[in-house]
Amino acid sequence: MIKHETIEKNAGLMAVLIIIVISAGGLAEIVPLFFKDSTTQPIDGMRTYTALELEGRDIYIREGCHVCHTQMIRPFRAETERYGHFSTANEHVWEHPFLWGSKRTGPDLARVGGRYSDDWQRAHLYNPRDVVPTSKMPSYPWLFDNVLTGDQTARKMEVLRTLGVPYTDEQIANAQADVRGRTEVDALVAYLQALGRTHTNYDVR
Amino acid sequence: MSAFWSAWVTVLTLGVIFGCVWLLFATRKSQPHQEITEETVGHSFDGIEELDNPMPKWWFQMFVATVIFGLVYLLLYPGLGNFKGLLGWTSHGQWEEEMAYAEQHYAPVFQRFAQLSVEELKRPENAEGLQIGQRLFANNCSVCHGVGGVGAHGFPNLSNNDWLWGGSEEAIKYTLHNGRMGAMPAWADVLGEDGIRDMTHYVLALSNREHDAASAERAQPQFASLCAACHMPDGTGMYVLGAPNLTNDIWLYGGSFEQIAHTLRHGRFGVMPAFSGLLSEDQIHLVTAYVMSLNSN
Repeated sequence: MIKHETIEKNAGLMAVLIIIVISAGGLAEIVPLFFKDSTTQPIDGMRTYTALELEGRDIYIREGCHVCHTQMIRPFRAETERYGHFSTANEHVWEHPFLWGSKRTGPDLARVGGRYSDDWQRAHLYNPRDVVPTSKMPSYPWLFDNVLTGDQTARKMEVLRTLGVPYTDEQIANAQADVRGRTEVDALVAYLQALGRTHTNYDVR
Repeated sequence: MSAFWSAWVTVLTLGVIFGCVWLLFATRKSQPHQEITEETVGHSFDGIEELDNPMPKWWFQMFVATVIFGLVYLLLYPGLGNFKGLLGWTSHGQWEEEMAYAEQHYAPVFQRFAQLSVEELKRPENAEGLQIGQRLFANNCSVCHGVGGVGAHGFPNLSNNDWLWGGSEEAIKYTLHNGRMGAMPAWADVLGEDGIRDMTHYVLALSNREHDAASAERAQPQFASLCAACHMPDGTGMYVLGAPNLTNDIWLYGGSFEQIAHTLRHGRFGVMPAFSGLLSEDQIHLVTAYVMSLNSN
């Protein structure tokens, strides 16, 4: 019979056994999701982000918005009353990387698109306290000065296409022209207004 | 989930649990637990030795208890592939229960106030209804329109009896349901810089503000041909198009000479989002009553 002494005194054997035990969790909980339609197939009628929205998404990541804002509405009434229909996996199959986040210092943004006007979003990004006096969100004034070149946009779309995002040749060909000369705040606001609005399967509520 | 992946999950989950049980028993010391042996594991540091005694019985039993808990959990809740669990629990089902519970408890409250007219809601005995409207306003509207509806630069004041799209109950409800888009075109190309200056003086004159009379007079024909279509010949505005009244010295985008000139040069595009999906009909009724209560009759 194997003794715990045998395992304790044999680091290699212990490492193998630990890997077996830990990997079992991932194999059972994660691997099957790679093969389920509800987690790998996009929700009906979902569109891809436009070139400008895609650049906005990268600015969202660069500025660390996901550190304070989630994009994951959980199936609790308290959340669905405030943010809208709970998030489902098939809304996120084209997100590379996904931006679910894990901490809400600010509100969830999964369905923030259309909630506020573009003007409000711009005013809020320039200085949140101008529109929400008690806000502790940082100001992002440089977004109004930085102008996008769009040099990398087409390349990004090509990479996303290799990951399964169905960008068309036409979208990729026009990417730079769609983006060039726009400010970063234009891109970020376009992205925010697209959140939750790339398909129409759920009522906003 | 296909039968294969269901079996995959089930076998792995139960395999790990029973593997842990096997490991627990396989490595357990055979001697009775009361016995404290003098056997050491062979480590000795500064004369302190590590004894090789079996786990205390209560500790061992805690391991067994967690295994039993795990098995009972997997029997009651979904966890083993396609097996739904004896309780039939789903996160979606729990959410629906929560929603149904809320509907059952709050719907009568909203229904009671939905039957009252806005005028009735303003009466003191129905203060609770306006309070609900006030809280809905605070949660949904105040980020743009400010607490108490006082507005901000670019976001209309809702408490000054001045309306872009009309202040009737029907107009406010339409605004809440469908949102609004106000479009003021840019006139820089049409008017030219001199024209913009003259027109700014004309707009100032409409509110009896200090202005250059000669300059304003020059702009009069152009106001009649370009601006009057929306703002009306006398400048009092038009609810249907959301064209502001220019004669009451209330300014959505600022009333300084430079701000008015900027509006004329570049145009404005104000958007009120639609709330029909976010607020129920009954909630919109209460918000409407609250907004109307902010204005004197």
